[in-house]
Amino acid sequence: MNDGATLLTQEVTVTYSGHKALHPTSLDFAPGTVSALIGPSGCGKSTFLRSINLMNREIPGCVIGGRVIWHGENVNVADADVYRLRTQIGMVFQQPNPFRKSIYENIAFALRRHGITNRSELDEQVERSLRAAAIWDEVKDKLKESAYALSGGQQQRLCIARTLALGPEVVLMDEPCSALDPIATFAIEDTIHDMASKGICVVIVTHNMEQAARVSDNTAYFLLGEMVEYGPTGQIFSAPKDQRLDDYLTGRFG
Amino acid sequence: MGSEKTTATATFHATRSTAAARTHDRVATGVLAAIVGLILLALVAIIGYIVISGLGKLFDWSFLTAKPEQFKEGGGIGPEIFNSFYLLVLTLLISLPISLGAAVFLTQYAPEGPVTNVAKTAIETLSSLPSIVVGLFGMLVFVLSCGWGFSILSGALALTMFNIPILVRVIQQALEAVPRDQRDAALALGLTRWEACVHVLVPAAMPAIVTGVILSAGRVFGEAAALIYTAGQSAPALDWSAPITSLANPLNVMRPAETLAVHIWKINSEGVVPDLVAVSAGTAAVLMVSILAFNIIARVVGRALQRRMTAE
Repeated sequence: MNDGATLLTQEVTVTYSGHKALHPTSLDFAPGTVSALIGPSGCGKSTFLRSINLMNREIPGCVIGGRVIWHGENVNVADADVYRLRTQIGMVFQQPNPFRKSIYENIAFALRRHGITNRSELDEQVERSLRAAAIWDEVKDKLKESAYALSGGQQQRLCIARTLALGPEVVLMDEPCSALDPIATFAIEDTIHDMASKGICVVIVTHNMEQAARVSDNTAYFLLGEMVEYGPTGQIFSAPKDQRLDDYLTGRFG
Repeated sequence: MGSEKTTATATFHATRSTAAARTHDRVATGVLAAIVGLILLALVAIIGYIVISGLGKLFDWSFLTAKPEQFKEGGGIGPEIFNSFYLLVLTLLISLPISLGAAVFLTQYAPEGPVTNVAKTAIETLSSLPSIVVGLFGMLVFVLSCGWGFSILSGALALTMFNIPILVRVIQQALEAVPRDQRDAALALGLTRWEACVHVLVPAAMPAIVTGVILSAGRVFGEAAALIYTAGQSAPALDWSAPITSLANPLNVMRPAETLAVHIWKINSEGVVPDLVAVSAGTAAVLMVSILAFNIIARVVGRALQRRMTAE
């Protein structure tokens, strides 16, 4: 569907200790677009998301099948360089999970591990990513304080800043607003638009269909571990092709 | 389904009176408070007895610094105090890195399965091993087979043996208590599992780890049985100017070293000094105060460490 897609999944499957959690799923994602993954709980949308950056591999007994094509190359191979891949394909989680470190360290820590040790360069990167996540003004005077002194919404934006600091081309978001109030949610959605306008490819899992309609260009509907339909968000919501998606949208279940 | 539920709710009537519920609660609270009171009373009685019996010696500078006497009265426990702390520090220096490594491996790397199960069983068995068995094992292996004799080295290794299981379990629990999403966050930033452990999990688990170290240190400090057969029952007079190879040099790990707990055991079982009751009571009081002092120091250090690592 996306001609300029740099990220494709081809027949990606996930099994947990032999149990099939995701049927073969093939999607493509282009730079500068926002794609939403929707569907009822347990439908496999998060499982799919966590396959893109191979995070599922960290779960014992979990096996990812199929191909994840990143810049023309399959990264779902045994000797994949997941460390490099995950700096290019970042991830934001459902619950804000800042490290138990200072606000500054939350961002500088990973940068330092990836080889940036120059103090002024670190300072600059920290400020740039906090600005990108629209939280700089709120935290610039307390960078040395614990990240846990922030509110939930601020913590989540700090987590986004932490991801953006590594300069990713793709940001995967796993229901990033489900623990947040409406105002914090809108702030995150603004940041999502900003990221897309800077050419970042955003893939967001959400159970909130209005959010999917607000932020995304494309939407994929998952049901019972199967990707049912994928298309431009407007068309998905106004003219679904699959009966199961139509049932979901009209509230007949889910 | 839905209608059944509504009916069930509608037909439910509370049959217990509010007064009965209140009495119930009060009785339970009272019983629990009595149990806690009893425990506290026993604790205060023991501590009070020890401190009061040894009070005279506790502030007696010559008792705290002089060497013990064999036959006369007026001996001190200077070397024993030093030996106890030295053994404790050495034991922790050996056992802490090993335990930390083992706990990290068991919680983060080893797949759930036969290996971890065997390791867990082994650790539990080791931690319930009577210390006299550890002592005799230490004598056979370190003192005799390795030929290290009754020495601080043999003693520290024996203490390490029963310190490791406790520390591994405590650190394992501390690491498991850190929310999984902390590790996920680190991995999703392209960090290795090792980096996630060292820079994220261990700092977050620090307070619990420090508590574990304190608990295990208390046990090590008060240990006698395992040391009688490994570190020995003699305390050579210490002299800081002696060469490191001399038995008088405090830091020489090859010298025999009687600790406070072993000293209490020795003077009570075979002591002939006329003031052995007072020496024994004084030593017990010093032992207890030392453990308390170590606890406080360890907590302060732990808190400073945590503040440095977590900005909290």
